[in-house]
Parts: sequence; structure tokens; C-alpha cells
Amino acid sequence: MTQKLVIIGAGMSSGRVIEHLLDADPGAYDITLFNAEPRGNYNRIMLSPVLSGEKTYEEIVTHSDDWYAERGITCRFGEQVVKIDREMKVVEGENGHVPYDKLVIATGSAPFIIPVPGHDLPGVVSYRDLDDTNAMIEAAAKGGKAVVIGGGLLGLEAAAGLKERGMDVTVLHLTGHLMERQLDEAAGYLLRKDLEARGITVKTQASTKAILGEDRAQAVLLESGETLGADLVVMAVGIRPETRLANDAHLDVARGIEVNAQMQTSDPDIYAVGECVEFAGNLFGLVAPLYDQARVLADSLLGQPNAFAVKELATKLKVTGCDLFSAGDFAEGETREDIVFRDPARGVYKRLVIEDDRLIGAVMYGDTADGSWFFGLIKDGTDIEEMREALIFGPAFQGGASADPLSAVAALPPEAEICGCNGVCKGQITRAIKGGATDLGAIRATTKASASCGTCTGLVDQLLAVTLGDGYAAPQAQPVCGCTSHTHEDVRRLIKSQELKSQAAVWQELGWTTPNGCHVCRPAVNYYLLADWPLEYRDDPQSRFVNERKHANIQKDGTFSVVPRMWGGITTPDELRAIADAADKFAVPTVKVTGGQRIDLLGVRGEDLPEIWSDLNRAGLVSGHAYSKGLRTVKTCVGTDHCRFGTQDSTGLGIKLEKHLWGSWTPHKLKLAVSGCPRNCAEATCKDIGVVCVDSGYEIHVGGAAGMEIKGTELLCKAATGEEAIEVISAMTQIYRENARYLDRIYKWLDRVGLDWVKAQIVDDAENRRVLAERFQLSQSVYRKDPWAEHAQDSATRAQYAPLANLTLEAAE
Amino acid sequence: MNWIDIGHIDDIPLHGARVVKTPAGCVALFRTGAAEVFAADDRCPHKGGPLSEGIVHGQSVTCPLHNWVFDLNTGAAQGVDEGRIGTYPVRVDGSRLLIDGDALGKRSAA
Repeated sequence: MTQKLVIIGAGMSSGRVIEHLLDADPGAYDITLFNAEPRGNYNRIMLSPVLSGEKTYEEIVTHSDDWYAERGITCRFGEQVVKIDREMKVVEGENGHVPYDKLVIATGSAPFIIPVPGHDLPGVVSYRDLDDTNAMIEAAAKGGKAVVIGGGLLGLEAAAGLKERGMDVTVLHLTGHLMERQLDEAAGYLLRKDLEARGITVKTQASTKAILGEDRAQAVLLESGETLGADLVVMAVGIRPETRLANDAHLDVARGIEVNAQMQTSDPDIYAVGECVEFAGNLFGLVAPLYDQARVLADSLLGQPNAFAVKELATKLKVTGCDLFSAGDFAEGETREDIVFRDPARGVYKRLVIEDDRLIGAVMYGDTADGSWFFGLIKDGTDIEEMREALIFGPAFQGGASADPLSAVAALPPEAEICGCNGVCKGQITRAIKGGATDLGAIRATTKASASCGTCTGLVDQLLAVTLGDGYAAPQAQPVCGCTSHTHEDVRRLIKSQELKSQAAVWQELGWTTPNGCHVCRPAVNYYLLADWPLEYRDDPQSRFVNERKHANIQKDGTFSVVPRMWGGITTPDELRAIADAADKFAVPTVKVTGGQRIDLLGVRGEDLPEIWSDLNRAGLVSGHAYSKGLRTVKTCVGTDHCRFGTQDSTGLGIKLEKHLWGSWTPHKLKLAVSGCPRNCAEATCKDIGVVCVDSGYEIHVGGAAGMEIKGTELLCKAATGEEAIEVISAMTQIYRENARYLDRIYKWLDRVGLDWVKAQIVDDAENRRVLAERFQLSQSVYRKDPWAEHAQDSATRAQYAPLANLTLEAAE
Repeated sequence: MNWIDIGHIDDIPLHGARVVKTPAGCVALFRTGAAEVFAADDRCPHKGGPLSEGIVHGQSVTCPLHNWVFDLNTGAAQGVDEGRIGTYPVRVDGSRLLIDGDALGKRSAA
């Protein structure tokens, strides 16, 4: 006897179920098909080519109206199902009831809409079906600006399609890199680079606060306060299984509708298939497992034994020109190892994840030709011990050669600047080498490259090695750490010349051998990036030593010390009272006067930091940065205000300098002092930068130290006015920030470059001095602010200081 | 296994750490990737440094006091240093972080 089968949802998986049923036994069921969309089944995966204009809707239809009619399927398209009555075994549609013997729920998924203000304005669309696609095509016809919220598969395909149709497209992504579930940081970086190359703007760590507009969407407001104009807003932040009907019918529903391996729900006469189901804790969004489910479901409906099992999945992005592949488990798992291959010249990145001599995951970008081979190894669990050495080079390669450590330099275009001091580019140097200059001295003599500050020496060496091949034996230079073969100077130079503006860019373009550096190189790279790109790069707290992340000095017992700033060493009774109150309130065990003319509260618990900062902030006290590789203090004497020997207002200049310089990050700590006369009570001549006031003006000294080494300063120059002194000191600080190795104090850096070079840059060249001081000012527009206030007032940051959870009670029970 | 929900994955910054208080001292949760989290003792066996304050790199953490480096898979100190920290089962379910309460319980008994 023919049974009645009702299917809710005409999508790709239920379409496949119908095909299998009709192939096997056309007479088994009398089928009724509901679909909320006013059309039958089409190939949803191909919506991206429809959006970009590469295909039309007609080309992606899989089942036409005729197809259903010929097969005697009753179609209820454009009709919502109101509810499922399990007792009566009836599906209630908007236009009437349909009884069933067996029911299939194939309701798919619904786009996740972020509930920000304005999300329901006209001009805000999701990207799930043909109507969405048509809405986007229509909007794109008018041109203008589109903002796509969500940098996952769907969002990027939407962005590429809209760009193809001539819109000005910006992609907003919440986390640090695109497609973070499918790609690691390095591959995400390359993807971003490709998208940017085709004119799409990508903003990561961009959180949407609201969609603005009167009658329709006009702009997107970010949490950062930035506003982006938008004629069209596409929400593609994710999908969730559409489970409303199943929920209302009291079927077992977790994240999706729960099914067993026969695709049966908790009601034996009701089945579910596709994106709406959850099986053994898994949800499904890609087509391959959905087709497997369809096959199993058809067999179950026909009484044939079959069981669904979760298989490994591979992802590819359907954006022309962006070649990426990811498969298996590359982000999780224990006792596993990575094999990483990077070819900066071709923009290629490959990473294999191995566990117990088996490949368990692969991420590839730029060259995915071997993707299916790796995917096969993952699926089959092949033992790769034998081929491990050459595994990453793919099936065609068995036997030897390793990645070229010089490839980053080889990849530079001829016009890339190698020597910044003398403006010498790569092409000039290679020409000189071919013309017979085969060692460093000869290069310096013929091109002047590396003949001034010398920081590009390593690069010139590598160019010699690349150009001369085996004929050149490079002198050994110390690399930053085990993660790279580059020296600090090379890294700094390449960050500037290749305009590397993210950590991922540095790891990839400079061929780092670890996924994200180590405790030695990552703080250095973080500093170099923020020093060179103050507006583009955002400081990464997780790349900082704890003191700079928590803005306090960690002590040997894990507590912290708190030092508020006292500008130029000047304080007031109110400030002292606030400090005393804070010391009482937080039971601070030790209160000490520091060598930098301020007060140290030692022994504060990490959890109490935001609270004590709030208290100190209320009295007008800000962070003293006593923990930072940055400006510490400007020590002063009392100068002309009180001292009978004072020649200038040393206290006033000290305060001005401290207010100008505070908050800036430098390669190592930076201590200043201003003495009012040559008696030098502020000990200015053992500081990184010291000012000694004289009758005729200000002597500016640099390169002193009183730490592991004792060094007296050397005179840099004299300034006639306080303003001039501040400009010279800004320029000095900036040139040190831009050129020194991380963790070199000024005196160490001067040993490398020589005081004469610095004098030529900032004393003799007034224009360069002005430009350096301006760049310092630009950086300060970002960094001259109180981190204590920021951390204490931002609830998310503040939460980081407290434990994530307290299980002391729970576990004791 | 007794999985206890201790928070949202994004409560821990990428390449960062947070602590969970237990009767036998703090356990640190390290986020090494978008959806990759490890749990281990917060205390360095060398001089008791708080490992949750260290720099997280690859699948390792460096102690903030004297730069001992620990592999978070095994808990073993790397390089010339010798020592080991306890590691505990933790998993990411969607966006929730779950830690094995039984393993933590054994820890306090030990």
C-alpha cells in the first residue's frame, strides 16, 4: 500500500532524498513537499556565482516545476508550515492540513542576525536564499557602498560577488583573522591580502554596535566609534539550525534536531535531514555529509539497513582567485606536531598537522593542488612516517630539497629599498654585485648601501648570497631567536620596506618557522609593528611581558607593584592622601620611595589592580609606566623656583617633557632627567636622555645608564629655548624608536650606529628633526593616554584581572 | 568525566590565559588558537611563578618570572630545564569551555 510521505523544506538534502526514493521504488510513497520559498529545489551552493553574475538562477535550478509534476509530487511552495500534530499525524500548513504516515523535516538553517539597533532596517539583508541574492543584485545595480558583517565563507563570497558587481565593499570581522574556524592565522592573512588586492576593504576585530539610518540603512557604527557609510548591509555572521517546528512538536532538540544514525528523530515516524539536524553532537553545513544523510534517509524510508557516519570534511572557498583549502583537525588535539612551509615569493602557505605518524589536518593557501592528496591521507589514516621528510611537498616530490631561507630577500622587487639612510634599492645593489662588487666593503664603496647606520648589513649580505650563490660565505649574524634566521635589523628593515602591518604578515613574509613566534621574538615584533605603523597596527597585549600587559610590576610572589606618575617629581597633599588611602584600603604591605622621584605601592594582588587604579584615578593620578619599555620618569631638581644656583626652570621643563613623552613605547626603558645647573642634582648625565641647564640654554645629553653598566652621557647638542629642547628630545626618542633593536637602551644602540650618525640625522638636518618630531607626535596621538583608566573602566578588560571561574565550592561538595 | 562549564571561549584572549580557582590552587586555561584551549597548573615548579601571566606561543607557555617554557600538551618543561606541570582535560563545546571536574578532584586529593 502506498504510504503518505510529507517533506517540509525543498532544499538540497531533501531533493536528494526524493531522487533516491524515486530511483529505488517510485510507488512506495505518495509525496507532498512543503517549501516556504515560492520555488522548488535549486543548487544553493551556486548562489555565489549568481551573485557575482557568472551564472543565472535558471542555470542552478535542479528540480523544475515540470520535474515535480512528472513525478506526481504535490508541491505546496510558498506556504509556511504552521505546526506538526504528532498525535493526529498531520502537518498543518497555512492553506490546510496534510496527513502523513512518515514525515521528513528538512527545514535547513536560518541566518543568525546580530540584534544590534537597526538590524531590521530596509537595506539590511542576510545571505541564505535566492531572494537575498536578488535583493543584493538589485542593490548593487545602484552602486554605492556595501558593508558585509562576517568574514566567514558566506560573507566573503557575498563580498566578492558585490565587488564584482561594482560596489565599494568593506568586510567586518569580529576576530583577528578571516575564516578563523577553517583557517589558521597565516592562511587568514594571505586571504586578506588577496581580497585587499582586489579592492575589498577588510577590517578585523571590528565589532558592530549599530546600523544607522532613518528609513533605510545608511551606515554601520563600530564599537570603536568608527562609522562606515553603507547603502547595503549584508549580515553573514553565521547560521543556526531551523528547529522551530521540531521544538513546538516536542521532539528532542539540542542545537539541532537530534537524530540517530538512521536519521530518525525521537518520534519513530519523523525523520530529519540536512542543516537542521544534530547527530552525535555535530552540526552540518557543507554539502557532502548532507548527501550522505539523504542516502541513509532514503534507505531508512524504504526499510533498508544503512547508517550515517561523520566523515572528515574539506573546505574550499568559491571566490575566483582565492585559492584556499582546509581539511581535518588543524586547530585542536593533543600530542601533535606541525610541518609548516612558507614561500613568501608566491604567497604560498601550507601547514600539516601530524599525530602518531598520521596526518590529521591540513591548511593550504596559494597552492592547493595537493589538497585532495592530503585529504586522502587524512581520511585513510595513512601511516606517513616513511614520507614525512618530503610530505609537505606533495605526491610528486620524493627526495630532498628544503625551503630556501633566503627566499624573503629573493622575493623583493628590484625597487624595494634596502638602505634607508642612503636610499639604495635592491636593483642597484644587485647591479653592483653583477658589476664585480662581491663583498660588503665593495658594495658600500660603490652604492653606499649599509655604509651609514649599518642596520641593513644583514640584508645586503643576503643579497650577496642570493646573487652570488655558493660563491659567497656570509659572516654569521645573530638571528632574533630560533623562530627565524633574520636579525633584528633585518626584521625592522623588512617590516618597513615590505610594509608589513600585522604579526601574521611578518610570520608569513619573513618565513617564520613557528606558528606565532615565541616569548623572545613576539614582543619584539609587536613593538616594531606599533613603532612603525602607529595608526594601522594595534598593540597586542598577548605579545607583551606580563608587566606591560597588566600595567604593573610582577613581584617574586606573584603580587604587583603600583607606581602612580608624579610629573617631574612634583606632588600635592591631595595626591599623597589618595596614595595613603589606597595603601590602607588594599592593605599594601610596603610603601617605598623610588629612585625616579615617586612612590611605589608593593604587594598589591592582581585581582585588586583595577580597583586601586580607579581610586588613584579619582585623585587625578595616572600610571607611572614604572613597568614599561617606554618612558619612565623625568627626574628634576628644583631649578630657578627655589635654588640659588638654578639657571633655568628645570622643574617646569621636566614636567613639560614628561607630559609630552608619557605613554610612548620605546625599545627599552627610557629615563630622563633635567638638572637646573651643571651641579647636576637630578643626575641627568647618567640618564638615557639628560638635560643640563646653563645660562645660555639647555645642553642635551644622550646615552647614559646607571644599571648593569654605568655610562656617562655624551653631548648631543645645545638648544637655545625649552621648545627647541623638546623638539630635539622628541626627534631623538623617535629615531631611537624607529631604529634600535628591541631591548637595546640608547647607549647600546649608539654603540652600533655611532653618535655622529644620530647628530647628522637630528642636529645637522633641521627638516629631518622636524619630521621625526612630527612622527613622534602622531604616534603619541594613539599612545599618550592612561592605561589604568582604560583597563579599570572597560568592563571586558577589567574582567581579565579576575579568575575565569571559582570552583573552590563546587569541587569541595 | 564530569564536564563543568567554566565560561565562554572569548573570555580568554587569543594567545592569552585566565585562571580558575580550585581548592588545591589555581588552574590556568591557555587559549592557543581560535578554538584550542589547554588547562594546566598555574604554578611553575621552579619558583612558583604564575604561568597564566606568561606569554602563550604555539602550544607552549613561558613563565613570566624566569622564562621556563612548558609544552601544554604534556606539561613538560622544555630545553635544559627539568620539571613538569599537571595538565587537565578541557574541551570547547561550541563556544563554551568545559573542564573535567573529576581530574580537578583527583588533583586536590593528591
